[in-house]
Amino acid sequence: MELPDRYRPIVDDFEAFRAACQRPLPSVVRVNTIKASVADARAALDEADIAAEPVDWHDRVLVLPDAPPGNNWPYFHGWIHGQEEVSAVPATVLDPRPGERVWDACAAPGSKTTQVAAMMDDRGEVVASDNNLGRISALRSNTERLGATNVAVTHEDARNHSLKPFDGATYDCALVDVPCSCEGTIRKNPDAFDDWSLSHVKGISGVQKGILARAVQATDPGGTVVYSTCTFAPEENEAVLDHVLGEEDCELVDYDLPLTHRDGITEWQDDEFDPSVAKAKRIYPHHNDTGGFFCAKLEVTG
Amino acid sequence: MSNDSTKFTRLPATDAERDDEGRATRAEVLDFWDDRFGVPPETFADHAFWERGAGKIWLSRADPPSPVDVEGLGMTFLRTRQEHWKPTLEAVQRFGEHATENVIHLSEGEAEAFVAGHGQDLDWDGDWGYLVVTHDLAGAPEPVGVGLYVYGELRSQVPKGRRRDLDG
Repeated sequence: MELPDRYRPIVDDFEAFRAACQRPLPSVVRVNTIKASVADARAALDEADIAAEPVDWHDRVLVLPDAPPGNNWPYFHGWIHGQEEVSAVPATVLDPRPGERVWDACAAPGSKTTQVAAMMDDRGEVVASDNNLGRISALRSNTERLGATNVAVTHEDARNHSLKPFDGATYDCALVDVPCSCEGTIRKNPDAFDDWSLSHVKGISGVQKGILARAVQATDPGGTVVYSTCTFAPEENEAVLDHVLGEEDCELVDYDLPLTHRDGITEWQDDEFDPSVAKAKRIYPHHNDTGGFFCAKLEVTG
Repeated sequence: MSNDSTKFTRLPATDAERDDEGRATRAEVLDFWDDRFGVPPETFADHAFWERGAGKIWLSRADPPSPVDVEGLGMTFLRTRQEHWKPTLEAVQRFGEHATENVIHLSEGEAEAFVAGHGQDLDWDGDWGYLVVTHDLAGAPEPVGVGLYVYGELRSQVPKGRRRDLDG
């Protein structure tokens, strides 16, 4: 695994970073409050002799130190859902409210979609899009198992998202958790770097720019768009934000994140980015014992 | 030519608004849950019912124009256009807590066998047909899914993809 050397200039305590990337991740679940309270889910896990520990930054996320989350009663009932701890960040930053219309641009397999639905108390409307039918079937089965009824699933490339099925209605906010090179999932997928290439990183950043631009266009002025990836590559993170800031009516806004993180970087190799990309947040595996993640909050100004 | 089986169409409110004879109405769906399981109609006050494909009813709080060409809309809810209407596991897990009739409560071992997909010989004094199956979870009865009770046997209707061996 050669690649993390690429990030030596931007990651503090690089040896700790590299060591963390080689440790497996603990199992983590999110309690699905559409179907159960946190207290009920913990009681059901306890009945099944499954140890569960809360995390301090999110009251619906539990670490299961000894068990994979899949084969137990609370999972079967849709009371819990396996979801990596940092994957719970973007919906939390989006902070959708009951009754709103929300677009989840790259929704499958649906962990964040169902988290958004639960935060909305299963009210309003979540339009969840994906461009892959196989992944849409996983999205649909997760939505159903978790009992979310406010989700409409569409099959399309998010860059060309159509408002037509909903008579042109735009969104109060949008979650843009784009396909990426997944470097930050190395602890879950030890082969995450096997197919890594700079040309893939650069190619996928073009897709990411198109999806984020479409989300800004489809969201009402004053609305929020959250952009996230599970990768460290600045080409897929700050460079995408920098591009869309120049093309669309939006600006980056600061937000609180009660997890140890670093600011977005404003320089990478030969590139300089808009200084406001520092408001984005980088989450590294060695700081919170999680996967790696990147998350930015934008406000639509247009 | 459009293929309507790929689109979701909102159920008509009542018989008077129905133009497809085979299509259930919202009133009939509410009556079914009320008559069969004692689930009050107001339970679904905020939801709309949709049909995609003959007799496949979905329930949704998202509220697009009808018909709408999307891949999914809320959850699958009920099968109609057959002699006995059949609720889905998802519908029963989500709304079965309101059921007061045709509810069969299983012991832990019986519930595990049910989720594994096994039929079981069980005593049942009520109507034959589709039942809401419950077991105790976190100290209270919780609906697990749909069972079909006939000839002294409770047949698991848990779809193959949802079956689990939970006793290990």
